[in-house]
Order: sequence, then structure tokens, then C-alpha cells
Amino acid sequence: MIVFRIFFILLLFSLNQAKALIEVDITRGNLNPLPVAVSPLFSEDETNKKINDKIRINNLGEEISIVIENNLRATGLFNPLDKKAFLQTPDLAHLKPRFEDWTLIKAQALITGKVKYDDNKLRVEFRLWDVLAAKEMIALAFTTVPTNWRRIGHIISDKIYERLTGEKGYFDTRIIYVAEEGPKTKRIKKLAIMDQDGANTKYLTLGNELVLTPRFNPTNQMVTYLSYFKNLPRVYLLDIETGIQEVVGDFPGMTFAPRFSPNGKKIIMSFAKDGNSDIYTMDLESRIVERITNHPSIDTSPSYSPDGEFITFNSDRSGFQQIYVMRKNGSDVKRISFGKGLYGTPVWSPRGDLIAFTKLHKGKFYIGVMRTDGTGERLLTENYYQEAPSWSPNGRVLIFYRETKTDEKGDGFSAKLWSIDLTGYNERKVYTETDGSDPSWSSLLSN
Amino acid sequence: MKFNEIFKNIFLVIAFGLILSACATQKKVDSQMKSDVYTGTDTVEYLASGVPDRVFFATNESVLTTASRDTLRKQAAWLRKNSDITVVLEGHADERGTREYNLALGERRANAAKDYLMTYGISSNRISVISYGKERPVDSGSNPLAWSKNRRSVTVKAN
Repeated sequence: MIVFRIFFILLLFSLNQAKALIEVDITRGNLNPLPVAVSPLFSEDETNKKINDKIRINNLGEEISIVIENNLRATGLFNPLDKKAFLQTPDLAHLKPRFEDWTLIKAQALITGKVKYDDNKLRVEFRLWDVLAAKEMIALAFTTVPTNWRRIGHIISDKIYERLTGEKGYFDTRIIYVAEEGPKTKRIKKLAIMDQDGANTKYLTLGNELVLTPRFNPTNQMVTYLSYFKNLPRVYLLDIETGIQEVVGDFPGMTFAPRFSPNGKKIIMSFAKDGNSDIYTMDLESRIVERITNHPSIDTSPSYSPDGEFITFNSDRSGFQQIYVMRKNGSDVKRISFGKGLYGTPVWSPRGDLIAFTKLHKGKFYIGVMRTDGTGERLLTENYYQEAPSWSPNGRVLIFYRETKTDEKGDGFSAKLWSIDLTGYNERKVYTETDGSDPSWSSLLSN
Repeated sequence: MKFNEIFKNIFLVIAFGLILSACATQKKVDSQMKSDVYTGTDTVEYLASGVPDRVFFATNESVLTTASRDTLRKQAAWLRKNSDITVVLEGHADERGTREYNLALGERRANAAKDYLMTYGISSNRISVISYGKERPVDSGSNPLAWSKNRRSVTVKAN
């Protein structure tokens, strides 16, 4: 795995501290996305030629602007305007936009930039402009190796999102998931990792054994997942950079449903023995194993609160699958789901205030959220089959997977990744090279 | 078994009487399920003559039915006769549940079968258990009959 190094070299000019006029409210479904113009980033012919020689991309400035445009569009909060309508050329717009021209096409925000290639380094600068106020909102520049250009596009998108919404973005992130192929009765599953927008897919296992439920550690270097290696279903730990894998702990039976603790030092998981699944933790350094629940029911799908003090989990101790919350040591167990139907896969939001879940009711599957005391349940999406939400690092978007119903012959099965806003709006299919399931969202890579 | 046959017949007659217009496949479905548990033989294989390899469960359940206990007693008798054989019990769930819960449910089902074999004298060190959750359906259909075939514990020879 490539180690990315990005240098912020300078803050161009002064960051405008005056209150901007544009503000995007992300707390409700945005039915009027903000019209933005993403001008292609300007690059001189000489730069284009050098970059093309190096990475076989003709007009990198334009490609980066497409990455930004697609990111902004996918939020549902922004409406990138058709470039054909742009009146001002990219180089002039970047120097000083003629705001009347951009007002004319109804752009409220404008993104301009410039790409330069020197000494094997790619230098990308961009500016965000408030068109109506005729003011610059951000100006930043980055240098990196040319092959990193998509990441620059994502980092710029994050800066724009943050400036316009007041919240951190989620574009410079990755998704780890299970890539699926083959007939439903003999699925071949591999661990796969990709950029949040579906680019740069890499497969981390070969598909020789069944793998399920991969999850990142807080620094995104490690992944914990379930593997059926040698037909022994166990929780594994994988170092993405080195490819080294190891079994987590020495349990005389199936371990499953792993996740990292918020500080990355422990793995929490289920251990099944004699028909009973309970929740355990293992400290990755001291190797000390602790039993957290001790109940003859199924206890699984544990997920820590972001402060590490509480754990939400799935149990059928009431007779059916419901969601519970307890202290990190297993005390004070409280049931929090009381609606109609079955509840599973609780996962604590990175902001700490919500728990996302899967719900099964009257033959339909729902992805929903509730407060951590179980109040304020909200169902975001309904489908034939969907489950396992994972939060974007800013807690605004959930990614999950959906499976289709097969036809009378049992054909037509597929599994795809989808995302939806916390608002319940902006449901989107997430591009994957093959079928996919069990997505898990990384934290922001650059922080 | 006899009881089962009678029940099946009664059920068929009632079904026939009530829904004369029901299509052929619908009757087939009815006759292959009894209160949510698969009773057919489409997917069943045999460990030896007259010894079925699998038992079926109701949705979200791991309770053994009368028919399941009957099958497991046959398996136990066969295992007692063939004392060198070891087995793996593979527990499965249908696709209508979350992946992680289904892994636990498959494990619980396989252990229900294991416990029953043990009460009929089969030593626990001859039986290992594995859960596949919903990962290995036998029937790829998205309907109650397919799901009932997939909720199962299968006894597989390990040596």
C-alpha cells in the first residue's frame, strides 16, 4: 500500500474571516441543492504534456474538477452546473472571476484552480468563491506525487464541504467491503477496499475462503474481519500495508461480529460455544481476553460508543432480536428498542448521539436510527433486504448493502452497496466493480 | 412418520377443499411445509440407507421438531454402529435475517442437533459444529419454501 504524503504548502492569501453569505443546511433533506460551478482546474500545455508522459492522463486539471463535481453532487446538497454554460475560461476565472458571468448562469459558489507539474511534483491550488458576495472563501494549495491526484480532488471536496456546511467532509475516505461473485448458493467472497467514490479498488484476499464483516481500526491501517480459513470461522486481524494476518485470540469455537474499540486497542466480538453466543473483548497488546456478557441468549453485533464508555449490542434475551446498551464492563444492560419487529446490527454514530440499526418488520427490512436511549426512532429506507449500516466519519451518511429478491427460478440475485443521508433523503447506489456487501467506512485519511 | 403422513393427507384434503382453484405449485408448497418447517425431501441426502442427513427448523427457532428428533435418532443409531466415524454438524439460517445474528443462530441450531445426538450416546468428541449462517443456502429462491429448506442442520461425515 502506498503511503500518501500530502504537504499543505501555503495558505494562499488570507482566509476570509468575514461571515459568508452562502450556508448550506445539512440537517434537513435538501430539495434545492446549491448551484455550484466547478471550473476545470487550469493547466498549461507544458504541464499537460509532462503529466501525460508520467501518468497517461491528458488534462489532469479537468479530471480533478470532475472528481470534485461528482463528490459534491453525491451529497445531494450541491448541484454542479453544466460546464458548457461557463462563460469565463478556467485560467482567468482562477485569477479573478467575473462574478456577473457566474451570476448569469445562476451559480452561487464557484470553484477554480490551477495544476502545475515541476520536479516530479504535482502542485494543485484551488479557490472557492462566493459568487453573490463576490468574495473569495478559501484558497489552498497542495503538492504531492502525480499518482495521488484523485486524493487531492477528495481533499479539495472536503475543504469545500466544510466551508459551506460547517461540518467536516467525508470524501478523503475509503470503504472496505466484501466483494461477491458467483451463484447465490456458492458465493465467492473477497475483502476489497476502494476509495469512497468507487475508484482504486484493491482486493485483499483471493476468495479461497469465505470472509465477512470487515471493519477498520481508527487509523485505517488495520482491518478486523471474520474468515473461514481452514473451515474454522474466526476473527482475524489484517495489516493492510503489510498484508500480515493473524487470528484474534485462541477461542475453542467460532468468533464473529468483530469491531475495534474507539482507541483501536481492543477488539470486541462474539464468541459462540455450545449454542450460546456472548460478547468478549481482547486487548491487542496484552492479549487479555475479557468476557463482557454472560447470558444464555444470543448476544452479538457489539459496537462501542465513541467515548468507549458504552457498548450497544444485539440480543434475543427477550425472545426476539432487540437492541441493548450496557456499560463497557457489561453492567447496566438496558433494552432500547421497543418498536414493532426485530432489530439488529446496532452501530453507534461517530457523534455519539444516535444508533443506526437494521429492522425487520412484516417481511420488509429497514435501515433506521434512534437516540441512544431508544427514543426518536426514525426509519430511513425500506427494501426487500438490506442491512448493516456503517456511518460516514462525520455522521451524516450511512452506507449499507441491499440484496435483491430472486425470480421463480431462483435467478437474478445481486448484492449492492447503497448510501443514504441521515435525513432519509439522497439514497444512492455506491459504485463497486463487482457485487458487494458488509461495507465499513474509514475515518478521514488526512486529518 | 405415520402421524406425519396422516397429517399431510388431512392437510392436503383441506387445502384442496378450500382452494379448488389453487395452482399445482401452491399445493406442492403446502405439502412440503408444516407450520413453517420444511417436511419435504428435495434437498435431503442420506448418510446411509434410511438415515437422512439433515433436520429443519422454523423461522428464528432452534427447537427440534418430532420429525427432526426422529431423524437424529436414526443418525445416532448409525453412528453407534459405525464407531470410527466422526461428523461435522453444519448449522444454517435463511436469508431473512441479519448476517451476524444468523451466524449465532446457525451455531445454536447445529448445537441443538449435537445435544440430541449426545443424549443418544454419541460422544461429543465425535461431533464438531460449524455455523455458516445464511452464507450457504441450498435453495436460491426468495420464497417461504426455499427459506424453509435453508433453515437446517446438516450432518456431514468428517472422515
